Amino acid sequence: MNSPCQHAAGPATSWEPRIAAFFCNWCTYTAADLAGVSRLKYAPNVRVIRLMCSGRVDPQFILEAFARGADGVLIGGCHPGDCHYAEGNYKALRRFQMLKRVVNDFGIHPDRLRLEWISASEGDKVRTVVNEMVEQLRVIGPLNMPERNRDWDLELESMQEKITAHERAGREVANVQA
Amino acid sequence: MSKPKIAIYWCASCGGCEEAVVDLAEDILGVVEAVDIVLWPCAMDFKKSDVQAMPDGSIVATLLNGAIRSSEQEEMAHLLRRKSRYMIAYGACAHTGGIPGLANQFTREQMLRYVYEECPTVVNPERIHPRPHSKENGWSFELPELHNRVRALDQVVRVDYYVPGCPPTPAITKAAIGALLSGELPPVGSVLAPDYALCEQCKRKASKPENVSFVGFKRPHEVPLDPEKCFLAQGVICMGPATRAGCEAVCISGNMPCSGCFGPTSRVRDQGAKALSSFCANVAPKTEDEIDEVLAGIPDPVGTFYRYGLARSTLRGAITEPAAQSASKGSLSRVSPKTCC
Repeated sequence: MNSPCQHAAGPATSWEPRIAAFFCNWCTYTAADLAGVSRLKYAPNVRVIRLMCSGRVDPQFILEAFARGADGVLIGGCHPGDCHYAEGNYKALRRFQMLKRVVNDFGIHPDRLRLEWISASEGDKVRTVVNEMVEQLRVIGPLNMPERNRDWDLELESMQEKITAHERAGREVANVQA
Repeated sequence: MSKPKIAIYWCASCGGCEEAVVDLAEDILGVVEAVDIVLWPCAMDFKKSDVQAMPDGSIVATLLNGAIRSSEQEEMAHLLRRKSRYMIAYGACAHTGGIPGLANQFTREQMLRYVYEECPTVVNPERIHPRPHSKENGWSFELPELHNRVRALDQVVRVDYYVPGCPPTPAITKAAIGALLSGELPPVGSVLAPDYALCEQCKRKASKPENVSFVGFKRPHEVPLDPEKCFLAQGVICMGPATRAGCEAVCISGNMPCSGCFGPTSRVRDQGAKALSSFCANVAPKTEDEIDEVLAGIPDPVGTFYRYGLARSTLRGAITEPAAQSASKGSLSRVSPKTCC
């Protein structure tokens, strides 16, 4: 049987960390835009998804991102007190505090989930945070949930063969009785 | 004319769903009159070979309760699927994995070690574990193999309809059997219960605050519970807002909060994440430390938000990743076998 640790130690050569980033429209996304306009270079490992507010980040999005192959999830919102919708970033923070615990209970390294306040003028912070997170993820290694899920499905397939054989034997008995 | 054939089967379950069928009380006589029960291991003496001898598709419906966690259960699920026109996932375990699904927070090896060695009531100096194959005095024995993961029924075979609940209530069961016999069925894949949240059916809905704001969470045994007031207004986690209606709030009528057994509505994919989202966003404080203090009132978030839905949830259960544990402060002892059972 494959030990789950094998995934973490997987082929280090081809693997690049993948980060799903949920940035709010008013602050962090604008900051990422600013970083681009200012020609700041940062790691290309991040896929940015623009939402109107960090308060729109449904915890389902985060778990789904992990399940579909993200190695890390980054949430970016306005600094406390600066939310365009007054309270959205506090909602994000409260969910995040619990999500960190839940993600850890699911056995996922807590550093794979990160929340940062980045205002529209902090293009440089986008660069620092993304670069930092990519480096951290390189150390932690791939999460590889799709592969793990495939392993679980293979478990059924391998048992299926035994079951079919068993059933054939059972059927013969049934036919004899009939 | 021969009566339609029905099978009732159990897998990883507690027997409560069997009890729920009996809970139909005198209505069960009407059911027995209308159908032929061809398999019901809990109550009647039919054998697997009887089912094997039937033509494929000859059973109108199989009501299967319990999660799937062993090769024997998997085999029976496949057999009954072939023999039945409709496969019904009956009860929370077959629907979303149920309580047995919580075992997905542990590896199979951790679980077996705890149950057969470390549990305080176990005396097993030779460390004997059940094995799929064993030999004793020239005889060879076979036991079903335990899967690494607990699964909901639809993660193993195709399921036509779901009857939710731990256990399903008599009203829900009666409606489902009625629908099957009359042929007036919703689209395949439907959950045979209303598609809105439990709060809609709750008598305490009027006392639900417009803006819920939690300054602390209390568990039901920690405070005297007001029998009239919305649990959320009392600072008690009630899964009602994140749970499908249909039970007519029976637990709440007994002055206990909803624990979420009916699963999510069709618009929600991950009941636990959605419940977490709603409750945690509505705690009052705004700084990390104060938020953590309030959230500490939920000591076991996975067990609270995913009590019945872990196996069918987005992540299906815990994985083993090196260093996940040590890296976080205040982590719960997930992999410690002491917390198992």
